[in-house]
Amino acid sequence: MSRFIDKDGMHRSLEGWPLVFTVLTTIAILVGGLVEIVPLMLADDAAERIETVEPFTPLELAGRDIYISEGCVGCHSQAVRPFRHELERYGEYQRAGETVYERPFLWGSKRTGPDLARVGGKYPHLWHVRHMEDPRSTSPGSIMPPYPWMLEKDADLDVLPRKLRALRALGTPYSDEEIAQATELAEEQAAEIASEIEQQGGPADLESKQIVALVAYLQRLGTDIDAAPDVENELSDASSNASGSN
Amino acid sequence: MPSSSTTQAPRVHQDDVEVFSYDEQITRLFVLATVIWGLVGMLVGLLLALQLPFPEANLGEYLSFGRLRPLHTNAVIFAFAGNAIFAAVYYSTQRLCKTRMYSDWMSRFHFWGWQGIIVSAAITLPLGYTTSKEYAELEWPISIAIAVVWIVFAINFFATLKNRRVKHMYVALWFYIATIVTIAVLHVGNNLAIPVGAFESYPVYAGVQDALVQWWYGHNAVAFFLTTPFLGLMYYFLPKAAERPVFSYRLSIVHFWSLVFIYIWAGPHHLIYTAVPEWAATVGMVFSVMLWMPSWGGMINGLFTLRGAWHKLRDSVVLKMFVVGITFYGMSTFEGPMLSVKSVNALTHYTDWTIGHVHSGALGWNGFMTFGMIYWLLPRLWRTPLWSDKLANAHFWVGTLGILVYVIAMYVSGITQGLMWRAFDDAGRLMYPDFMETVVQVIPMYWARFIGGSLYLAGMVMLVVNVMMTIRNAPDTLPDAAQIAARKPVTAGMSGDGAPGTEGDGAAAPASQTSAAEASDQGDADDDEDDAPRPGTKRVQLPTPGDD
Ligand code: HEM
Ligand code: HEM
Repeated sequence: MSRFIDKDGMHRSLEGWPLVFTVLTTIAILVGGLVEIVPLMLADDAAERIETVEPFTPLELAGRDIYISEGCVGCHSQAVRPFRHELERYGEYQRAGETVYERPFLWGSKRTGPDLARVGGKYPHLWHVRHMEDPRSTSPGSIMPPYPWMLEKDADLDVLPRKLRALRALGTPYSDEEIAQATELAEEQAAEIASEIEQQGGPADLESKQIVALVAYLQRLGTDIDAAPDVENELSDASSNASGSN
Repeated sequence: MPSSSTTQAPRVHQDDVEVFSYDEQITRLFVLATVIWGLVGMLVGLLLALQLPFPEANLGEYLSFGRLRPLHTNAVIFAFAGNAIFAAVYYSTQRLCKTRMYSDWMSRFHFWGWQGIIVSAAITLPLGYTTSKEYAELEWPISIAIAVVWIVFAINFFATLKNRRVKHMYVALWFYIATIVTIAVLHVGNNLAIPVGAFESYPVYAGVQDALVQWWYGHNAVAFFLTTPFLGLMYYFLPKAAERPVFSYRLSIVHFWSLVFIYIWAGPHHLIYTAVPEWAATVGMVFSVMLWMPSWGGMINGLFTLRGAWHKLRDSVVLKMFVVGITFYGMSTFEGPMLSVKSVNALTHYTDWTIGHVHSGALGWNGFMTFGMIYWLLPRLWRTPLWSDKLANAHFWVGTLGILVYVIAMYVSGITQGLMWRAFDDAGRLMYPDFMETVVQVIPMYWARFIGGSLYLAGMVMLVVNVMMTIRNAPDTLPDAAQIAARKPVTAGMSGDGAPGTEGDGAAAPASQTSAAEASDQGDADDDEDDAPRPGTKRVQLPTPGDD
């Protein structure tokens, strides 16, 4: 060791060889990343698959991109941890299998607001519309910014075929039909949601608006896993573990 | 701003000396950019800090919290800290290599390219164009531009190393090398994506993989953008300001290699208890805890460099800034490993504690090291005394107070959140089932953070004033001073400033350059050597800048 780091040791020579020094540094910084990431890339993720987890519908995808664009992830996580208090507050903890279509992942690192991974179905559509328009109208004391423009701006549904095609190239199993019909499929789903909003006493004519796409996305969150048969058991194991360690 | 010559000095080949000059203008440019973007980035930070307790401050679509938050992080990290890093690299590399940057043209390309990137970030992020990956939000066209500018920077830097007149690379250069290489690898690795529009793309990774790659990047952006280049900065400017050689050469070797090796492994500590495989989270945790050692190695090497020179702190705002900066480095690199321990992370993750940790590192370490460097550089680059020492001292105190208020407020609010979220009542039900209760509870702390941030920003404004006034007093022209060096590469024996006629850093501080960092290429070496001048070096009192 001391031969290496002495004043006239081997390291001294190394300091005279920038190229060698740079190569060694590069090796040093590559090792950790390779060891941690490569196994995951190679792993057969079939084991992790959950039958009931499906790709986002075109409209949900549009909503997801609005969620991304507004930076919601800066305040809301989407990753419930396996602790009893989180299970009670939010629902089931996160499984690898339900994240396979998340490009990018949106787990977040800060909960200025609550976790949203299981928010789907928790509130009626209209609640979301009102909440996005003026958060304090539904949640007194909330510090969330208002997003009134979402009720006025049209969602961009025309790009959806291109988006689905890109995602399929990356491995999301959309069919040719879904890709070709993406815009129409989105419009159909939007019409449905918009009419439900109206039935619930909300504003009419939201059909083409961003808010409808966003609501579609939010209502989808966490719902796939509800249908999975084997989740129940795992969960009770995890919660007893978690409360023990916590 | 006074004009100055940026042209390559003539290389007069006399018998055995070469005349050359350092490109000072490029450092001036980066210093100015640091100050300007620092002000902008922190103003945005302060607006965020106001928006949290007072949501009415969300000023419409383009200035709402979600869109401004990445603007803040990009502005302070890549614009403020980034330009500061480049100022340090361009100033010190030339001197440590005793040669001008390889290409003035590339230096300018780097400068203007980087500012262009920042401006496009400042436009696209409020418009909602973002990848959403933290610290890698910029969409693919900008991300490609970053890669191009970075590569030009790398070529310029490595070619300068090749041209060096000093045989051995000083420790600051090691850290710059690690920075340049690693940021390139991380940036490319994390930004692989398929475009679906002019400013929209989907990453090639999904779900768990995407998360792991992102935090491999994210954590190491902290490591190789906010840590290693600042350690390089510390290794150059601290011994300069203290006029002492670095405490221990051996320690610098050991902590350099262990730091760059271990850091990369720590990324998964951002994903503890998520769906990433348990083993990855555990490896992340273990390496994070190990990271404490090399981190403190850096801190010790920094602080102990001041051994026997502590009295100098009284009169030197530069040293005061450095000492507080290094101390915060020590604190945040103790805190970080602690936050990586699973049981601690269970409490702190997702809370404001993380924000406190971030800003103790960012405001304390990155901010204060930058300020110290700028106060040291100003008189030398503009060849006139600092306009006001008093104001600089006021900056120091206001800034320090600001950090403390900010960070303590976030600790209190972070722990409050963590405890309230997990509290159960006697009947085994959540004590605060309504999330809103936990939000309302910490609002006073958000106001306190706003006050802390205001203080810190007030300090920043003082710096801006000092910079402007100092520049106003500067001479009209600031030509790059001629340097003379022996034609052969200078080797250890006849090192550094001993070279005949070498004027050190230029007109501002003739002969002051005998101090540690480049007194020789061995300046780093002498953990067991006293402060005695070496043969061929002159020890001269630091002259008052400006009396040239
Ligand atoms: C006047 C000074 C500053 C103020 C008032 C300020 C304020 C803020 C606020 C309010 C947030 C959002 C926190 C949240 O989401 O809960 C934030 C995030 C952040 N700031 Fe600052 N900031 C300042 C300076 C800086 C500086 C100088 C840096 C870096 C060099 C920095 C780096 C960051 C980072 C990295 C985040 C994101 C943290 C995370 O995602 O965990 N800030 N800042
Ligand atoms: C030994 C060194 C360090 C270790 C092990 C470490 C560890 C950590 C951990 C565990 C977190 C995540 C907390 C969570 O999400 O639950 C974190 C966040 C962070 N740290 Fe450090 N830290 C270290 C040093 C630093 C320094 C010196 C800085 C700043 C200059 C820094 C900046 C950040 C930032 C910006 C984040 C926020 C990331 C986000 O957006 O979530 N860290 N650190």
